[in-house]
Amino acid sequence: MTTRRFWVFLEQELGHVHPVSWELLGVARVLASQVAEEAAAAGDEVVVEGVLLGHQVRAIAEMAIGYGADRVYLMDDPVLEHYRNCPFYMGIEAIATKYEPEVFLIGATTLGRDLAGAIATSLGTGLTADCTKLEMGDVKGASQKLLLATRPAFGGNIMATIVCRRHRPQMSSVRPRVFPAPAYDPEARGEIVEESLDVTEEGARACILEFIHAKEDTVDIEYSDVIVSGGRGLGGPDGFALIKELADAMGGVVGSSRPCVDAGWISYAHQVGQSGKTVRPKVYVAAGISGALQHKVGMQNSDFIIAINNDPNAPIFEVADVGIIGDLYEVIPAMIKEIKARKEAQA
Amino acid sequence: MFHALVAIKQVPDTTNIRIDPVTGNLVREGVPAIMNPYDAHALAAAVEWKRKLNGRVTVVSMGPNSFITTIREAIELGADRGILVSDRKFAGADTLATSYVLAEVIRAIHEQDPLDLIFFGKQAIDGDTAQVGPGVAVRLDMPIVTYAVAIRAVDLDDATVVVERKTERWTEVVETPLPALLTCEKDIAEIPFAPLPDLIRSLRYEPEVWTMDGPITFDTEMIGVRGSPTIVYQMGTPPLPEPGEKISAREEGIEAALAFTFKKAQEAGVLQTMIGGAQ
Repeated sequence: MTTRRFWVFLEQELGHVHPVSWELLGVARVLASQVAEEAAAAGDEVVVEGVLLGHQVRAIAEMAIGYGADRVYLMDDPVLEHYRNCPFYMGIEAIATKYEPEVFLIGATTLGRDLAGAIATSLGTGLTADCTKLEMGDVKGASQKLLLATRPAFGGNIMATIVCRRHRPQMSSVRPRVFPAPAYDPEARGEIVEESLDVTEEGARACILEFIHAKEDTVDIEYSDVIVSGGRGLGGPDGFALIKELADAMGGVVGSSRPCVDAGWISYAHQVGQSGKTVRPKVYVAAGISGALQHKVGMQNSDFIIAINNDPNAPIFEVADVGIIGDLYEVIPAMIKEIKARKEAQA
Repeated sequence: MFHALVAIKQVPDTTNIRIDPVTGNLVREGVPAIMNPYDAHALAAAVEWKRKLNGRVTVVSMGPNSFITTIREAIELGADRGILVSDRKFAGADTLATSYVLAEVIRAIHEQDPLDLIFFGKQAIDGDTAQVGPGVAVRLDMPIVTYAVAIRAVDLDDATVVVERKTERWTEVVETPLPALLTCEKDIAEIPFAPLPDLIRSLRYEPEVWTMDGPITFDTEMIGVRGSPTIVYQMGTPPLPEPGEKISAREEGIEAALAFTFKKAQEAGVLQTMIGGAQ
């Protein structure tokens, strides 16, 4: 009997968990269930396990069990208090070498991307970045199901499915919000296994002298329920004032398509799309956005999409639940008025 | 003397990529090839520090012969030496095999003429993986600072560099020992206008070409398709979503269009969210 381990890196900074960690536990559970039958026939065990590094973060390991981890490997050490590439990748390399996971998922955040490439290289295995679909499937010539990792290529124009045949673990990075978070189960039971780090402060080879917290423009569009995005159809940077007004009325945040960011109309933090953020809000408004594939791949999982565009043939209408053909400078002010009126009627 | 190396890649200008509407295939013809923009900014930073510290910049690029134009562009922007790493046997490399070849080349250069800083762009715009830089750092056993937005200080006597790196949460000021590898955001440096002597030099510059035949040796198990654990199993066009319903504000009036929108929102259960009353 062997144990087939589906691993998730549990990302945290200063004790704050990045929600992508829970999203990935949800995906890992689905992947594990896809091999359940095959494993049962072979007498193998299938487990979902989290990997957590940090200092005084045991509470996160306990939460991870509620989100579906059967077991969490916890490496708790003062050297790991702040994320640094060397001690983190070396610590994970050691535990991965010890337990030999079959699949290893990491969030495609700035931290996760810094880490994933280092781990994959140190383990000498394959890594597929920014996957939008993951599945355990049959591959010709393979004795077991393999991870089929699908990612957009060439600006989202093509979807490529990548497999890693012989090397383990099969690694993938996944952006936040590509998959939904699973429900938290306070009754769930699991095990926390402590591991020790074999890297000293000297071996960390980096010293963080200072943290600078940005004053302006720290918009967090990834986890907002409402996003109002503007595109080239705004005609200029001033158009974002109207977008902001609608976003404020709806209690949401401002997003943007890539051309506006490239033109300097608004900062990169607002960019939605393959080269920006992936989002899945409850309501997404796309105003003056034509709907290039690279934008659509970043927002098409939103629950409800409203597109406003002058051009009846704009591709954005293909993904919109409601498409309003018209001048955004006429439609949006009317929409703001309507929202305010409805809000007052309720109050 | 300060010695920096910059790894550069030639990429198709992805903002110009088109799909043939009939065949669904990628149209490569007429798509301009450019230096990966993040690499260009990384190069600008390397050249800036070369001028401050009176040093040298070497650029390395792995790819077919057509990449020579990009190496010439790097010379124009102030690089002193350009190396093209090119061999058919390298073709089909994934990020692991690519990082192996680049690491072997950089190691050999470092042994000849010790390096202080190695620059990569934060990612290439054609693949967006951001995996090769960290991979090379691991292979060379060098510290890495990713998402670098500014270099505050390079101290060659103490062999340290102080770099600002921007993450999703904050900006970190990190001190790390040299030699170190940086992967750079565009903020790292502005791309300067090329001085005339560099421009003239670039026109006639012939980069060194390193192949499987020398000057260094590569393990054939580690390169190309053989050295790549991942393979592309399937390619396809993204599934077409169900088209939504359209209403013309021009023909039916704005009021009707909005009434329709709010009705649909109600059916989808998001009306409360839309009017800012989400709980």
